[in-house]
Amino acid sequence: MRDFSPAPASPSELDIADQSLKSERFRELRMAQWAQLEDLLNRMDKRGIRSLDTQDILDLPKLYRGALSALSVARATSLDQNVIAYLESLCTRAYYRLYGTQAGLGKRIIAFLSRDWPQAAQRLWKDTAISALLIIISTIAAYFLVQSNPDWFYSFVDAGLAGDRTPAASTEALRSTLYDRPDDETGLGIFASYLFSNNSRVAIFAFALGFAFGIPTIFFMLSTGFMLGGFIGLFASRDLGFEVGGWLIIHGSTEIFAIILAGGAGLHIGRAIAFPGSLSRTQSAALAGRTSGLLMVGVVLMLLGAGLLEGYARQLITSDALRYSIGIGLLILWMMYLYIPRSQKDPTAR
Amino acid sequence: MNETLQHNAQIKSTDRRSLITPEGIDLQIQLADVGARIGAIVIDLVIINIALVLGFFVFVLAGITVNPEVAISLYIVFALFLRSFYFLAFEMGPKAATPGKRMMKIRVAARNTAIGQARLSANAVFARNALREIEIFLPLSFLMANSESVDGLVGLLGLIWSGLFLLFPLFNKDRLRAGDLIAGTWVVRSPKPLLGRDLAKQDSHKVYTFLFSAEQVEAYGIHELHVLETVLRTNKAATLQEVADRIRKKIKWEKSVQENDRDFLNAYYRALRKRLEARLIMGVRRKNKFDAR
Repeated sequence: MRDFSPAPASPSELDIADQSLKSERFRELRMAQWAQLEDLLNRMDKRGIRSLDTQDILDLPKLYRGALSALSVARATSLDQNVIAYLESLCTRAYYRLYGTQAGLGKRIIAFLSRDWPQAAQRLWKDTAISALLIIISTIAAYFLVQSNPDWFYSFVDAGLAGDRTPAASTEALRSTLYDRPDDETGLGIFASYLFSNNSRVAIFAFALGFAFGIPTIFFMLSTGFMLGGFIGLFASRDLGFEVGGWLIIHGSTEIFAIILAGGAGLHIGRAIAFPGSLSRTQSAALAGRTSGLLMVGVVLMLLGAGLLEGYARQLITSDALRYSIGIGLLILWMMYLYIPRSQKDPTAR
Repeated sequence: MNETLQHNAQIKSTDRRSLITPEGIDLQIQLADVGARIGAIVIDLVIINIALVLGFFVFVLAGITVNPEVAISLYIVFALFLRSFYFLAFEMGPKAATPGKRMMKIRVAARNTAIGQARLSANAVFARNALREIEIFLPLSFLMANSESVDGLVGLLGLIWSGLFLLFPLFNKDRLRAGDLIAGTWVVRSPKPLLGRDLAKQDSHKVYTFLFSAEQVEAYGIHELHVLETVLRTNKAATLQEVADRIRKKIKWEKSVQENDRDFLNAYYRALRKRLEARLIMGVRRKNKFDAR
């Protein structure tokens, strides 16, 4: 154990020091410890925490508290700006080190998968339900509108996205878009990675736009539903309803679920900003943002899975039964993973 | 030494925010100024774009002969990850700053929220960077939108609307981006000032050359002392002379023949600080020369 209390001045020292200022002596006695703390912090910045030995780690909090106490004494008694500025920055650096993020990446990933992600999803269940409801309502509306008049399709579905799948196409052509295996498998990987990158951007938008009181998110969810309903309606009007269901559900159960979660996260933030309750608006937004941000990390992971399913599995598996069972199976798995309450035995749980 | 001075000179009291440690001490952190933040994002975008170009050469040119499909899909994923995860990875690290921020000596920190001073969490970093999509990349996409696919007027309106997010930090007192607001973070300065020489420490024979009367050391307050400290640390002959003359006039000090301006100022600094600190300990903080205490 090193002793960090300032060395007591001997009588002869005091005589000499008589003419020196109190703040000057104060600084002389503690400067070595400040330098030691600064050295430890510099080493951690350059080479990480592993560059410290056991004694350094024992010293670190003591040196930190010593510097903090020196700062408050200096503020009360010293008029040397330089010392105060130096101590403020030294203490702040040490504070961020000691109270900053500490868990290793591996531990954090495990905690995220086993606890944080499902917890965030459960906490946001109301917003997720609203988001799901918006998509379902708009899907049904678009479905019936397209059934009654196929021209509605053009106002719901983006032309670039639809490709050959328009009301102008023949039933046979439509059927072939659902089942045709590409001539060769090249291009699937590009397609999958493109879809993932596109979808995660879409989901991040749904989340980020929640900032404007959630209104753009609502529009976004509705338009996604209209598009979905438009597609299903078109195929259903040619008696391909069951088949298009399989085509969509194999990846859609993961992808649309992820987009619903993203919309829920966006609505959660919008709600927190619009109705902050007893908190201030910024505080409320910050609290909501932390939970929603967590959920969004999970959403991006889900979309990665959905991109792979859409790019590979959908093109390679053409059996309706298999498509349905994979899609529904995944949906059940996601629901179980996210919504089954689990015990909170984890000691690190807050 | 220069760094110390800049540091002292640049602090504006409006940029100070309180950050109370669990030990109960207010660290008085400083917000990053707008210039530093713009500088940081520009540096980061340059780095990202250089990496994208390099990645293109590595993945596409090198991989195209082996397996073009894998090469291109790897590149697409690489580009996405680079753009989104560049900020995430660096800000989740112990320094909580991207290379651009490090160069500008600023970092991300958790803001005081309703639940107290929280740690900067990975979720907060994710949330603050997810909103970067609508703050920076959305205006860019409107700017670059093809005039055939988007009506010019719609593009302009979109640019204005999304530009609001870009300018958001200019219109609130904590300089929060929309992302900072959501995530409960802010961007603060993380300077590393050096501990300079203690100006009060002087050769004793010099101190005895200059003996000031009680009246003479009562002429100024703390503000003037701090200005004098800055002048002494900057150490410019012309300024030293000007300040020394002004002080001599104010305290009616007769300049002797071999008297050096610098020695005089050092001695007066020491005497003034001694007097003001003595009064400080007795609970009197004399702000400036107009403070009559």
